[in-house]
Amino acid sequence: MLLIHCPYCGEDRPELEFRHAGEAHVVRPDPISEISDEEFEAYFFIRDNPKGLTYERWRHMHGCARFFNAVRDTVSDKFVTTYKAGNPKVEIERGEDGIARVKGDGQ
Amino acid sequence: MSGTNRIAGKGRLVPARTVSFTFDGRRLTGVEGDTLASALIANGIHLTGRSFKYHRPRGILSAGPEEPNALIDISRSSNTHTPNVRATVQEVFEGMTAQSQNRWPSLSFDVGAVNNLFSPIFAAGFYYKTFMWPKAAWKHFYEPNIRAAAGLGVSPKEPDPDRYANRFIHCDVLVVGGGIAGLIAARAAAETGASVVVCDEQPELGGALHHEIDTRIDGQEGFVWAQEIGSELAGMDNVRVLTRTTAFAYQAQNMVDLVERVSEHFANPDKLVPRERLWQVRARRVIVATGAIERHMVFAQNDRPGIMLASAARTYLNHYGVAVGSNVAVYTANDSAYRAAFDLKQAGIAVPVIVDARSDVDAGLLAEAEALGIQVLTDHAVVDTKGGLRLKSVRIERVGGGKSRTVEADALIMSAGWTPTLHLYSQSRAKVVWDEESARFLPGKAVQEMVTIGACNGTDALDALLEEAANAGMEAARLAGFAGASGYRAPDAESLTSRRGALMGAAPGAGPETTVKAFVDYQNDVTAKDIRLAVREGMHSIEHVKRFTTNGMATDQGKTSNIHGLAIAADMLDKPIPQVGLTTFRLPYTPVTFGAIVNHGRDRLFDPTRKTAIHKSHEALGAVFEDVGQWKRPWYYPKAGETMHAAVDRECRTVRETAGLFDASTLGKIEVVGPDAAKFLDLIYTNGWQKLAPGRCKYGIMLREDGFIYDDGVVGRIAEDRFHVTTTTGGAPRVLHHMEDYLQTEFPDLRVWLTSTTDQWSVIAVQGPKAREIIAPFVEGIDISNEAIPHMSVREGTVCGAPARLFRMSFTGELGFEVNVPADYGRAVWDALWARAQDLGACTYGTETMHVLRAEKGYIIVGQDTDGTVTADDAGLSWAVAKSKPDFVGIRGMKRPDLVASGRKQLVGLLTADPKQVLEEGAQIVADPNQPVPMKMIGHVTSSYWSENCGRSIAMAVVADGRALMGKTLYVPMPHEVIKVEVTDTVFFDKEGDRING
Repeated sequence: MLLIHCPYCGEDRPELEFRHAGEAHVVRPDPISEISDEEFEAYFFIRDNPKGLTYERWRHMHGCARFFNAVRDTVSDKFVTTYKAGNPKVEIERGEDGIARVKGDGQ
Repeated sequence: MSGTNRIAGKGRLVPARTVSFTFDGRRLTGVEGDTLASALIANGIHLTGRSFKYHRPRGILSAGPEEPNALIDISRSSNTHTPNVRATVQEVFEGMTAQSQNRWPSLSFDVGAVNNLFSPIFAAGFYYKTFMWPKAAWKHFYEPNIRAAAGLGVSPKEPDPDRYANRFIHCDVLVVGGGIAGLIAARAAAETGASVVVCDEQPELGGALHHEIDTRIDGQEGFVWAQEIGSELAGMDNVRVLTRTTAFAYQAQNMVDLVERVSEHFANPDKLVPRERLWQVRARRVIVATGAIERHMVFAQNDRPGIMLASAARTYLNHYGVAVGSNVAVYTANDSAYRAAFDLKQAGIAVPVIVDARSDVDAGLLAEAEALGIQVLTDHAVVDTKGGLRLKSVRIERVGGGKSRTVEADALIMSAGWTPTLHLYSQSRAKVVWDEESARFLPGKAVQEMVTIGACNGTDALDALLEEAANAGMEAARLAGFAGASGYRAPDAESLTSRRGALMGAAPGAGPETTVKAFVDYQNDVTAKDIRLAVREGMHSIEHVKRFTTNGMATDQGKTSNIHGLAIAADMLDKPIPQVGLTTFRLPYTPVTFGAIVNHGRDRLFDPTRKTAIHKSHEALGAVFEDVGQWKRPWYYPKAGETMHAAVDRECRTVRETAGLFDASTLGKIEVVGPDAAKFLDLIYTNGWQKLAPGRCKYGIMLREDGFIYDDGVVGRIAEDRFHVTTTTGGAPRVLHHMEDYLQTEFPDLRVWLTSTTDQWSVIAVQGPKAREIIAPFVEGIDISNEAIPHMSVREGTVCGAPARLFRMSFTGELGFEVNVPADYGRAVWDALWARAQDLGACTYGTETMHVLRAEKGYIIVGQDTDGTVTADDAGLSWAVAKSKPDFVGIRGMKRPDLVASGRKQLVGLLTADPKQVLEEGAQIVADPNQPVPMKMIGHVTSSYWSENCGRSIAMAVVADGRALMGKTLYVPMPHEVIKVEVTDTVFFDKEGDRING
């Protein structure tokens, strides 16, 4: 079971309290009613499926009930960081030790 | 005496503490602390099972969790039993009943052994090749017969009567393995004050010290030291020592699952004590000290009962005081087997010969053997064995051939070297690395907060091991935040045991040039020949070889066999071992009962049961309940002697003629509050909400972004900034999730708050011509005349004195009210309403009648008449989709080309030609019943009932371009007939819709 850090509660809590909520930073087009079929396809159907770092949304369903963003490595299942919804996409860099960190956090 | 092979003065058990048990009906005596295996061997029994495929007689191979052969069915006095228990880990208890498996009629005479004669057709991959034709025979003949003949134990048929417990714990340092390394690391960590958990699968701590009597620590026998340090640890407040506890899974983020066998070894376990306890441990640091497992030698006929691992023989002698034979030969490629031979010899057991496949053997060992009078044949191999149900003799040859000699022996103990136990390490997702020098896989770089120490880390020298363990313990504590040095110093220790030497793959005389049966995987009957065949047939990946041969796929998961199989495949492929690679270690490390995993989550605790506040009244009224999600809902209320059909007909009739009470509390309810509440609902629903006046209600449908119907329900506007939203019973949680998602992440600027109120309101629907008359005396503060509260209105007031939201709405097409009161008042209000309703000739009705009545009016149920691919237009609900709103969820998706194309399935009504005939829901619809099969299916039935009020059957269906087919005849082909139906609109009763305004 994963331990997930809720950026709103500020605590590591067990995965049981959370619910995965799909890819993060998928922006709903505005105005959505005027986009082309291709744009709708790209917005609604096309998702990344990376081996490695993935940006995804989680919801602290049985806690504060907030949606937030996370960066997780799909190979190791390790969370690099979690941050509040609406915050800009966090940049990640891999150190020489191969460990992914939030850019600027250093070691 | 507890068995003829028990040696007085040897071992650590107390001879006087005997226990009585049976094996295949034979009454035997063991000693407290015996495993079933040691007790059987003490009684001269090695034959404990038949092999999976060939039904060959098999004996006890090991003294630990790696056991592939001795799988036994264990039962207590009760009628339950546990199959496939490894005799080498199950402790005997008074009254135990042990039964061998996979044999008929008896273990010593097994009809299935005829398979052995046909072994050529059971070679690797035989499933895939032999039983291919004719096709139907696989299902009806081959598979059932193979399953009956090949196999393990028989599953119990009764529900598991035992209790299981679980605990979640956090600790600073978890030490897996209570051998020398684990104990020292645990002690070093514990001295810093860090919280430490140390677990070991055996009943006592000590690990290899069980058999290594030559290892002395702090001047005493190693095993004694281990018990002392164990009790010291157990006495510390910050340490938890768990014995009989197997760490079987290493999960993400340093969560390790342990299973503790709490009462498996008791004759009469206390009913309050669980059988097993699952520990889910979250550790800051994990120290893996899981040791190593000895490999067997792969040579011709190496599977006769009496042939076993050298360390096992040493354990039986030194710990249990049991000799594995009276004349014990040794076959080895490793130094440690010599110690076993010496211990046996010194205990008075004849050791006729040590056969060593190596030519270069330590001079000291040879001298010691000579001094004890044991003949050593180096550069020799055991090339054959004899003996039916027990080993009788072994045939020995010089490596490379030559004259052979036969030596009598009733046991042969062997060692091909030691495989580091890397299961947990690998489960943590770290990679193993091939070490060329010691010719074995060792841990590489850890990827979680863990470290491996001791034998599993390839640390052979005792001095190095002690230092490594002490440092690992202190370092783990430091990394967990305990900076203070523990000041712990590793004890002084010395040992004569050496584990030098390794042989992987076939021993001399069982190479590719031979056709001998040299077993690699005992349990799955995989021989060296099978693995070579797999490679010859094109399996070049070790994962393919494994699946084709089933090597390592038995319940022991290849603990003894995997490395041998890999080496044989590598040899055939002419590649170095690391290039062929190792198969993945999967959890669990050893088999875990479903009971431990399922734990409390069974029977009533399997899934929550939700009951409405009115439930007890329904029970008193004799309701039959149906499960709707987790809810128990009244299905119908039969009177004495009434069938379901008759009850539903009566309820349907009564509601339309008089009135009925229905518990609608399970309906999902969400309170939407805030200055922007109407604006928010505009975005969530397809229709508009700004103009809805407070006190009025509206039916709304919501779409997903892809344009398909997601949910529907009636929404009441309580105030300018407050809406009472209802959802389908099953949809409540996901609709709230959907709304929260948009509110929090897409429209975060809207000032709106969402609260689930499903459980807060009891909802009593009062429907029918007398609905107003029923509620009238109880309502205060609300004018309930038709003019004051027209259809689709909501008012606040009191009902029976309880604060209420009174909805004028209907899911039946009748004059109707839905009385919402706080759940605590629900039952009292229901009882009061019912008392009056009953006097007025009304009834209570359940979900079945609710379904029929709404279908008579063509009201859809989302999830029944829609299936996630139905648009508002498909369902005939275009009227509920606003044309002028700039945005709502699904506005773009519903305009996708395929969603607006012609030919879509549309919701229509169906009337059968024979009014008595009721269609089956889900039945397919065709235009031409005479077309060839497979027919073109143009739709299916979504709802179908007998309608007492219409005096005929009615149905709804989705049919391609259905609305253009009004009045046309279609067909529903069923297994025994073709049913003719007419396409109609979906309103079957009161087409004018006047009754609702009554």
